[in-house]
Amino acid sequence: MSLESMLVVAAVLFCVGLYGALARRNFIAVLMSIELMFNGVNLTLVAMGRWLAPYAVQDALSAVLTGQVFAVFIITVAAAEIALGLGIVFAMFRNTESVDLTDAAAMRH
Amino acid sequence: MGAEWFKDVVFWALSVVAIAGAVGVVMSRDLFRAALLLATVFVAVGGFYVLMNAEFLAVVQILIYVGAIAVLFIFGVMLTRDVRQGNAPNRLQIPAGIISGLLLAAMIFTAVTTDWTTLAGAGLEAKSQIAQTQAVGIVDIEAAGRLAESGLSEQEVESVAGGGLADLLVGEFVLPFEAVSLLLLAAAIGGLALARGRGR
Repeated sequence: MSLESMLVVAAVLFCVGLYGALARRNFIAVLMSIELMFNGVNLTLVAMGRWLAPYAVQDALSAVLTGQVFAVFIITVAAAEIALGLGIVFAMFRNTESVDLTDAAAMRH
Repeated sequence: MGAEWFKDVVFWALSVVAIAGAVGVVMSRDLFRAALLLATVFVAVGGFYVLMNAEFLAVVQILIYVGAIAVLFIFGVMLTRDVRQGNAPNRLQIPAGIISGLLLAAMIFTAVTTDWTTLAGAGLEAKSQIAQTQAVGIVDIEAAGRLAESGLSEQEVESVAGGGLADLLVGEFVLPFEAVSLLLLAAAIGGLALARGRGR
């Protein structure tokens, strides 16, 4: 277990999520892929805070934990995003009986 | 040394679970199965947090991601189940694969080739230099300075991770903390308004 291997795992999670967000038709599947991307970013932040030397900050104690604080904020924002995203999914399903994003794009005009 | 070996084994097992689960989320035709695999990935990421001495984050990860977000996803899948289509891909499959593959290659290349100055590495290097110079009777001022600068040893990092997070959240980062609470309130109201629909 090292910084590099942790970063590689996080990068794989992020890119798999990116592929899913771009290539799926189902709205809920796209939201799930975005959650995967969030998790990759969080892993990167915590790994950087855990292993990299905090040269830039005077108070080394808080510098070690800054990555974790950012991860906490990202988790909160992800929860808010899912609450709104599922609200949109339900509104869309009520109006069109479908959660297909390709159909939604076709009905724009 | 035994603990390090055990950590490595757990790390590789968790990586396999996380990556296989993520690929399953994206590839699975059955959305319900994808939601369950997503919960598995979240648990594996929580395991990574424990490995990196971020125990509080691990608990938060299990509580919020597995306990709330995965359950919300399962409710969403069950309420809007599209039996005919399932989880079909769209026409962008090949360009999306190319883009994310290229990005992955770039990120792995950067992560592997960059010369990271890791916390333990910096401290250990400085310590060994001091030991070497002390053996011949000269103190290496620069190495001693670097040791003080890079600060923390592995054990100190482990001891810090417990209580410091709360101080940081309501101290230095109190403004983003409050902003995020406002964001959560707005998202809750917005989600209610969206899901409820108009006229009812």
